[in-house]
Amino acid sequence: MTAPAGRHPGLDPGSTYFRTVKKRWIPAFAGMTMMLASPLAAQTVAITNGTLVLGDGSEPMQRGTVVIRNGRIVAAGAMRPPDGAEVIDANGKWVTPGIVAGFSRLGLAEVDLGADGSDDTDSGNGPFNAAIDVTPAVNPKASTIAVSRADGVTRAVVAPVAGKNIFAGQGAIIDTGDDMDAVLRAQAFQFVELGEGGAGIAGGSRATAFVLFRNALREARDIRGRIDGPRRDDVLLTRFDAAALVPVVQGKQLLLVHVERAKDILNVLDLRREFPGLKIALVGVTEGWLVADQIRQSGVWVIASALNDLPSSFEQLAATQSNVGRMRAAGVKVAIGMIDDSDTRYVRNQRHYAGNLVALGKVPGASGVSWGEAFAMISSRPAEAVGLGDEIGSLAAGRRGDVVIWSGDPLELDSAPEAVWIDGVRQPLDNHQTKLRVRYRSLERKALPEAYRK
Amino acid sequence: MRGALALILALGLAGCAALTPPPKPKPGTVRINENPYPSTYQPYGSVPTLIRGATILDGEGGRIDNGSILLVNGKIEAVGGADLGAPAGAAVIDAQGRYVTPGIIDVHSHLGDYPSPGVQSLSDGNEATSPARPEVWAEHSVWPQDPGFSRALANGGITALQILPGSANLFGGRSVVLKNVPARTMQGMKFPGAPYGLKMACGENPKRVYGSKSQMPQTRMGNIAYVRQTWAKAKEYDRKWTKYEKSGGEVPAQDLAMDTLRGVLQGKILVHNHCYRADEEAIMIDVAKEFGYKISTFHHAVESYKIADLLKENGICSAMWADWYGFKMESYDAINENIAFVQNAGACAIVHSDDANGIQRLNQEAAKAIASGKRAGIDISEATAWTWLSANPAKALGIFDQTGSLKPGKMADVVLWNGNPFSAYTRPDKVWIDGALLYDAANPKLRPVSDFELGQPGEGDVK
Repeated sequence: MTAPAGRHPGLDPGSTYFRTVKKRWIPAFAGMTMMLASPLAAQTVAITNGTLVLGDGSEPMQRGTVVIRNGRIVAAGAMRPPDGAEVIDANGKWVTPGIVAGFSRLGLAEVDLGADGSDDTDSGNGPFNAAIDVTPAVNPKASTIAVSRADGVTRAVVAPVAGKNIFAGQGAIIDTGDDMDAVLRAQAFQFVELGEGGAGIAGGSRATAFVLFRNALREARDIRGRIDGPRRDDVLLTRFDAAALVPVVQGKQLLLVHVERAKDILNVLDLRREFPGLKIALVGVTEGWLVADQIRQSGVWVIASALNDLPSSFEQLAATQSNVGRMRAAGVKVAIGMIDDSDTRYVRNQRHYAGNLVALGKVPGASGVSWGEAFAMISSRPAEAVGLGDEIGSLAAGRRGDVVIWSGDPLELDSAPEAVWIDGVRQPLDNHQTKLRVRYRSLERKALPEAYRK
Repeated sequence: MRGALALILALGLAGCAALTPPPKPKPGTVRINENPYPSTYQPYGSVPTLIRGATILDGEGGRIDNGSILLVNGKIEAVGGADLGAPAGAAVIDAQGRYVTPGIIDVHSHLGDYPSPGVQSLSDGNEATSPARPEVWAEHSVWPQDPGFSRALANGGITALQILPGSANLFGGRSVVLKNVPARTMQGMKFPGAPYGLKMACGENPKRVYGSKSQMPQTRMGNIAYVRQTWAKAKEYDRKWTKYEKSGGEVPAQDLAMDTLRGVLQGKILVHNHCYRADEEAIMIDVAKEFGYKISTFHHAVESYKIADLLKENGICSAMWADWYGFKMESYDAINENIAFVQNAGACAIVHSDDANGIQRLNQEAAKAIASGKRAGIDISEATAWTWLSANPAKALGIFDQTGSLKPGKMADVVLWNGNPFSAYTRPDKVWIDGALLYDAANPKLRPVSDFELGQPGEGDVK
């Protein structure tokens, strides 16, 4: 368990890390994380006549057009397709930005239980924590990615699972494209558990978790600027882990904090007085509606579970499906994600969760959200929450060419993607499941066994 | 007592056998009480209610547009068209644009046994101390104050549900069917007259739980051997008791585990077999034939689509999720078309939850299954799909003569939805159980709050 003495990329303002947190993605800096769209994307594609959803919270518009060129959105709205474009008629279909999974473990596990070696979510047996970076663990060929892509999910926030420390490590923003370069933004955030889960990891109490948190940031401050220098004797973190927290203390790296209980939320917001540099977004936040005004005042983003309504733990006693609607109504910036909810594979359920939030508008006393806002909560809002609102999550000009043509209303249960583009590249939608479907569509005995049907 | 007396007499007579012609053996009179924890459920009060102008799905595959349904004295009195009249004093609900369906029946729930909050003190679903625990009864673990019951009612339109033991064991124990009506005791929720079920499990869970303790079973072949050996014992027990009941003699010792299995062999207890993989289902079908019992339903049957013909032939239901997949190896081949393929083969399909959240949206799961089927070229009507949610689970639980469809004389277990229940934008508007209005979205007083939630943040809130 010796800490590697190597130089951590997060320490130097000139490093690739520092540049990647700038708002605009600049291709020249992209070496560590970014792939270029394939040359096929050079063609101009115009998808016309569909019910067009921009993803920015606005309501759908009829007979809209979106134009994709060079892997990016050129324009979207009421317009004629440009000359020379490949025109795709989406009459009767819905056209939206790809869905962004606001919180997940997508691509980290092929099978969650009892399949040794296929699950990279949890590094609990390893020596590191904050220094962990999920990037090498994301498998672009995971069947979960193919299944999610086939259901219109084009991007995902991917977090590690906390092991022996409240700091789980650094998460990434990925795409679900059918290629080998899944990671759009590596080291996009640090993830920390500061609720019940954090208390358990820290040794049994929230009080310990907060001391661990403070100590970790102290060690990060101490190491700043002299990564190879001498350290105090009484350190808990490895040098590498402490170094990884330097950009967190400096506010150069987003800190995603998982909390559910109302008081835990306030505790976390208070941490910013002690560590003014912290750039925080809250994850989970089941009891957020109880302290919605304070969250709004803080200005932090919330990536909430959409439909938690059970007191499934003592930090979720006030759970209600109206949580998201109430926070939104109070002016909180809200996205939704899959927090500890089969987060390795069911990100496709988010669109139906969003539809359920719309449904609450018809329930007396409940707080729902508008259709446009519900869709934004699974597209532009999560992108904004992780600082990538200028890159993904909407059909605004300049965004990445992530577009889905749906058979119908994407928040409804009977709709499905008919075509998906990621970075302007048309994607295959078949996967393990669709091939099984074809193989077993008929059970009639044929000349050869099922294994010969491909 | 009387049985014991008969036994003594019988033994006394046997002593004289050498002198007199052998007496005709007298049947043993000791009987094991098959219902020691009887239901105390009593329907709550109801007013005659006419719902008219609704789209009615009757749960058996029938549909009436602009339909009416009349509930009287806790029963369905009549179902018909716009001309159906209301008796004097009946509450009349105009349900234009809304749907009426039978209440949803979840054939696979652990509410009460694995309640919220999910803390160790309340986790009572797996007696994982031996691979065969048919002697435990899920009802003895049910915590009636689980807030999950109320969410299943208000958001899910669930009116009855089967609580099963978990799947750590090959024989998990007895299940119980409950009315989804809040009560102080489990008995107060118990569905009157519903048969017991036996939870069995195939595959990964038993071999993982016991294999990790270096006990049998450690493998799938160990699973099957253990199951067969246990059934062989049950046959012997059944023979002993049957002989005693017919011919008297010494009263066999009561064995709680064997009582359950004997109930299965007698056809009184229905087998609910957790079994993901098609090849394992096929083996369990043969095990059942080998020992002379019937499997009601395979649960979590994610691969039923591979052997839907075999399931039809054997009259076995499949309880399925719409799209759960890949969380363990035995769910790796799950496909979204599973339910539609099973339906299309003419086999019995059921949508189940196994989940305190999923149980709140089983109608939505059915909607996804219809849509997946349609994309694969299989058209399934909304009316047919509702059989997955009420008639088929009722049949699988042996309660279809009492509930599960909107037929006159059946329990008035009814949901009025505020739109089309196959839409994500729809929620229950009102829910009746035995004609009693137990949830009304418009009336905060008709929103059950469990003891656990009293005085907590969010008490009585919309959930």
